[in-house]
Amino acid sequence: MTAAADAFTGAGPAPGLTTAASGDGRRRWHVAALATAGLVILPVLAIVWKAFNPTENIWPHLASTVLPGYVITTLVLMLGVGIGTFVIGTGTAWLVAMCRFPGHRVFEWALLLPLAMPGYLIAYVYTDLLEFAGPLQGVLRAVFGWSSRRDYWFPEIRSLGGAITMLTLVLYPYVYALARATFLEQSICVLEVSRTLGHGPWRSLRDVALPLARPAIAVGVTLALMECLNDFGTVDFFAVRTLTAGVFDVWLRMGNAGGAAQIALVMLAFVVLLIWAERRSRARQRFHHTSSKMRPIEGIRLHGSKAWAATIVCAAPVLLGFAVPAAVLADYAFTSASAEWSPDFFRHALNSLGLSAAAALVAVALATLLAYAARQRANRAVLTAVRLASVGYAIPGAVLAIGVLIPFAAFDNAVDAFLRQTIGVSTGLILSGTVAALIFAYTVRFLAVSLGAVEAGLGRVTPSMEMAARTLGHSPSSTLRRLHLPMIRGSLLTAGLLVFVDTMKELPATLVLRPFNFDTLATFVYQYASDERLEACAPAALAIVAAGILPVLLLARSIGVSRPGRRRREN
Amino acid sequence: MRRTLTGALLGSAMAVVAAVAGGGGALAASEVNIYSLRQPFLIEPLLQAFTNNTGIKTNVVFAKDGVVERMKAEGINSPADVILTVDIGRLNDAVEAGVVQPVSSKTLEANIPASFRDPEGRWFALTQRARLIYASKERVKPGEITSYEQLADPKWKGRICTRSGKHDYNVALLAAMIAHHGEAKAESWLEGLKANLARKPQGNDRGQVKAIKEGECDLALGNNYYYGAMLSNPDQKAWADAVNPVFPTIGDTKGTHVNVSGIALSKSAPNRDNAIKLMEFLSSDEAQEIYSTVNYEYPANPHVKWSPLVESWGRFTPDDLPLSAIAELRGAAVKMVDRVDYDG
Repeated sequence: MTAAADAFTGAGPAPGLTTAASGDGRRRWHVAALATAGLVILPVLAIVWKAFNPTENIWPHLASTVLPGYVITTLVLMLGVGIGTFVIGTGTAWLVAMCRFPGHRVFEWALLLPLAMPGYLIAYVYTDLLEFAGPLQGVLRAVFGWSSRRDYWFPEIRSLGGAITMLTLVLYPYVYALARATFLEQSICVLEVSRTLGHGPWRSLRDVALPLARPAIAVGVTLALMECLNDFGTVDFFAVRTLTAGVFDVWLRMGNAGGAAQIALVMLAFVVLLIWAERRSRARQRFHHTSSKMRPIEGIRLHGSKAWAATIVCAAPVLLGFAVPAAVLADYAFTSASAEWSPDFFRHALNSLGLSAAAALVAVALATLLAYAARQRANRAVLTAVRLASVGYAIPGAVLAIGVLIPFAAFDNAVDAFLRQTIGVSTGLILSGTVAALIFAYTVRFLAVSLGAVEAGLGRVTPSMEMAARTLGHSPSSTLRRLHLPMIRGSLLTAGLLVFVDTMKELPATLVLRPFNFDTLATFVYQYASDERLEACAPAALAIVAAGILPVLLLARSIGVSRPGRRRREN
Repeated sequence: MRRTLTGALLGSAMAVVAAVAGGGGALAASEVNIYSLRQPFLIEPLLQAFTNNTGIKTNVVFAKDGVVERMKAEGINSPADVILTVDIGRLNDAVEAGVVQPVSSKTLEANIPASFRDPEGRWFALTQRARLIYASKERVKPGEITSYEQLADPKWKGRICTRSGKHDYNVALLAAMIAHHGEAKAESWLEGLKANLARKPQGNDRGQVKAIKEGECDLALGNNYYYGAMLSNPDQKAWADAVNPVFPTIGDTKGTHVNVSGIALSKSAPNRDNAIKLMEFLSSDEAQEIYSTVNYEYPANPHVKWSPLVESWGRFTPDDLPLSAIAELRGAAVKMVDRVDYDG
């Protein structure tokens, strides 16, 4: 139960592992999985349907004007964020896992903190700090006597480079979490052999640990890239024109929802390609532990300047991705006259927490259902359905919201029409515009996250134990309850925490789908921040970050105990 | 680990119950449901006054994007009674999506001049906003710029800031330019303006004024009410103090380009009578005065006095181009922004 290593390690379902006779409850699991997957991909199908009904063929115009730019910008953004998250995530994970230097124990968990910082918030904060009108450039101008922009050069924060930096700072923890867990899992033998052969720590990283950890790192980078692909808040604020920005243009400015859905499908193709490449890259790679020597890693003690360099390298992402923006928000919240500390604020916080918790529960339950069904000698249809269930992660939130609205409202209206005809009662909208629609949207959006974690957890349960349980006469359900669930508790917790944190931060789908008079912390922040009144919403923004910290710390702890050697001692 | 997981489960369950219990408040007896594209803090004083006068409770969902799509999907059972929005283009979207219905009300027709409402009553403007040029007090002499057309003059090279060309307000201005000058001239104007930009289009209207204060540029485009909002915000007063508001002319007219915010009755409107009461109230003297004093917008109702602050910026002549012409040319304007690569 290597907790965060499971985060999406999605080793893929293992079909046909059990050998007991079929027809003993497996079919029920398959049917349930197919039904769940069908429900979850309904919004995506609704978007596809929209794409086939555009009001105007927008492609000739787009292709001759902005589309090439959108595609190139998107690719550069993904490349930049990919490299950035890989280097920071893997580098810090290696330092923290393998080396001993001042503060390494603190960095173990602190490096995860930027996960609690929404991308749009960090973008607002850094723009305030670094833009021409901001305090930093103001001080520079005062000190050097410059007066206008033409007198000196300063990097423009609202740019592609700025967006890459912001997104890297909040997304690298995905890679860090997975890489660190994997480094911790690796048998010390492999590394000792490497050391014996005279390799220093960096050579060991490059030649031994990195190739072994490649699958997990690839998953982390893929997740970061998917997040970056559907980000709208940051790129919109920085006026960086990616495909997501194109979706919104075509939809809102040209009033062509069909055309927008078509661009969304192009993005979906990007993601399918990404997932395919990631799976292919580790298709022939299966690493198993052949040694059970899992004594704690001694760690290489760094001295002098090297030790301090390591401290600085680990401190930089924590400071830039978490401490600085959090401090700026706190400053606004407590010193600005316009900060809004309204009593409604606690109601918004309660809404946020409730929704996040519900989404986490549902997403983990459905992920368990899907992943376990795939283990029950599933046929191709079931396996495909399970894979398709995660595509919602790649769709921009506002577009997904429309995808959720269409089937929900259609269902509500059908029920209403039927009851009106038969018993003359109008039920109105039963599900649309309720919390249920919101929780459903979050589930569709974040199922990929929980599914990956649960699949990886289940993948580590040896089939022989399962066979033993079945031989003893346990049904699949009873085996799940008595054998698997206790064994994968850590993975379930990780899955739930990740969905929880993601839901706290979610904004666009929440805006469109929520009920009357219903605010979450994120929507409350948005109504002021979208008007560039960051000071007013700083208290709420701070609360989003604060609410994200606890789950992140729990997550750090569950990675910490993931090392098999350490756990055995603890028990 | 087990205890953590059980704790997490229990905590989650409790939070869910709380959220569900807190979310179901929209069922009072006498109420009106509003889908708003305007920020809640802008309309709250108006809704408060409405509830005080009539006892009718207001329920609000605020979302900038996707409201019309939501109404379309919800169809005949949509709980929405009215849709409240800015920009003539967005009002037009709602009409074209078929989610609104005509209203015929003597009060509305008396309060709102014919040029500020749909001839069939499918939308009513509530406020008027002028698109101004903000000019640096220090670096631009009074009278040095008087028209939108002059923004393309090479003398302003590297001295102008605007928000994205794709924003509703800029799109509407460009649509008006197309209406006055035709596509070709409007396009070369937009190219000239782009060539004069001090920086890539970014931020919102207030951000442009802030940039003038900081010396990044000398001219900016912005709606009039932001000037009032900045003057009354302690954090932003210095920005507003750095500029003079200019009411520019468009085309051969003496008029300034204006846009509107407005309201429309939802097709489903389960509380139709209350909805019409709300629409009538928002067009009344009382509400229109709030718009002018709290939001610094120009009342659509001509009988209402402007607030002293708004009055102090001077009277101006609005461009008499019909709003429907702007709405119709919006698609052409957006494509022009793409062709010129204004935001690039």
